Amino acid sequence: MDRVRMIEIVVGLFVAGGLAALFVLAMKVSNLSTFTDEGGYELIARFDNVGGLKVRSPVSVSGVRVGRVAGIDYDSNTFEAVVTMKIGAQYDKFPDDTSAQIFTAGLLGEQYVALEPGGAEEILKNGDTISLTQSALVLEQIIGKFLFSKASEAAPASGETQP
Amino acid sequence: MLTWIERLGREGLNFFERLGRANMFLLQLLIGMPGLLLRLRLLILQTYSVGVLSLLIIVVSGMFVGMVLGLQGYNTLVDFGAEESLGVAVALSLVRELGPVVSALLFAGRAGSALTAEIGLMKATEQLSGMEMMAVDPVRRVVVPRFVAGCLSMPLLAAMFSAIGVFGGYFVGVGLLGVDSGAFWSQMQAKVDLYEDILNGVIKSIVFGVVVTWIAVFEGYDAVPTAEGVSRATTRTVVHSALAVLGLDFVLTALMFGD
Repeated sequence: MDRVRMIEIVVGLFVAGGLAALFVLAMKVSNLSTFTDEGGYELIARFDNVGGLKVRSPVSVSGVRVGRVAGIDYDSNTFEAVVTMKIGAQYDKFPDDTSAQIFTAGLLGEQYVALEPGGAEEILKNGDTISLTQSALVLEQIIGKFLFSKASEAAPASGETQP
Repeated sequence: MLTWIERLGREGLNFFERLGRANMFLLQLLIGMPGLLLRLRLLILQTYSVGVLSLLIIVVSGMFVGMVLGLQGYNTLVDFGAEESLGVAVALSLVRELGPVVSALLFAGRAGSALTAEIGLMKATEQLSGMEMMAVDPVRRVVVPRFVAGCLSMPLLAAMFSAIGVFGGYFVGVGLLGVDSGAFWSQMQAKVDLYEDILNGVIKSIVFGVVVTWIAVFEGYDAVPTAEGVSRATTRTVVHSALAVLGLDFVLTALMFGD
């Protein structure tokens, strides 16, 4: 009888250990603890080009993460990308003229939306649209522009040397 | 030539016969499951021998797999100056792939083979027929508790494997190689998704648990009741479980993360 009791206790510990491991995975490893979906409000920003921005990408102000990208859609009337951002409820004092930019974290890092608060009195509310936006920098475009400007610099120079 | 074709046909028919029998057997197990509620003590005893006794190998392997991932990941990531991503690399590879797959392979070797040998030997020594003589259904009395215990233990073991492995990677990465502890955890928490990664890993381990235990108890119950037959059945359990786990892993990965 004592042995059976021991086995039952050990099995109970085993199950508890397994559930604890799941709990650790959920709380410590996954993103469950970093933010909760409850509360918060949505802001909308329209960009010409979102580059490599993805749903769940971070939204930050002064380098502090305040929310995440909740959705990216394409508006076929204005030919713009519509980015919906979910901002934490405690960050509710963004002025009306806040601007949004898409930056890259590091050279190879992921892209994120950086908000830059302006100086207006009015405050952005749920569902408001941020009108001042700057698109993502697409590396190929920059290289293309650079090469083009180099070529146009070189062309008149070579034209002058040839009589 | 003709005998060769004849043999091929016979092998094919045998294969489909076994497959059909295995599925009928699974159905029998599922029907017998509600009766287990009246005999929970059997389930606890089997969880002890299937789950608790597999704990040591799972914990130790998880620790070392995590440590190796930390070491290898660091050596690769440091070339790009991205060693802060070590936590992400370790956690994602453990939670998505290595946790469920490696623990299922270990589980097949440690618990699956034992189940097959036990049930096969019961059959060979005519204990199962003896039970039938006493009007006790051997499937419900012997096989169902083992099957359910295996299905319950496997996800728990896989979760422990992943959790211990993450700490193994933490130990090597942060403790020995000097990755920043805060970056290790924060990057991991930013990139690992509860539903996308962890829940899918748990689903994988549940599927593997059912498949491995099913193969093990079926091979035992279907074994030729001789010493050689039991030994063959045990070998088949390990081989078929490993193949099924790896094949299913590809299919599940394609379904879950393939978009």
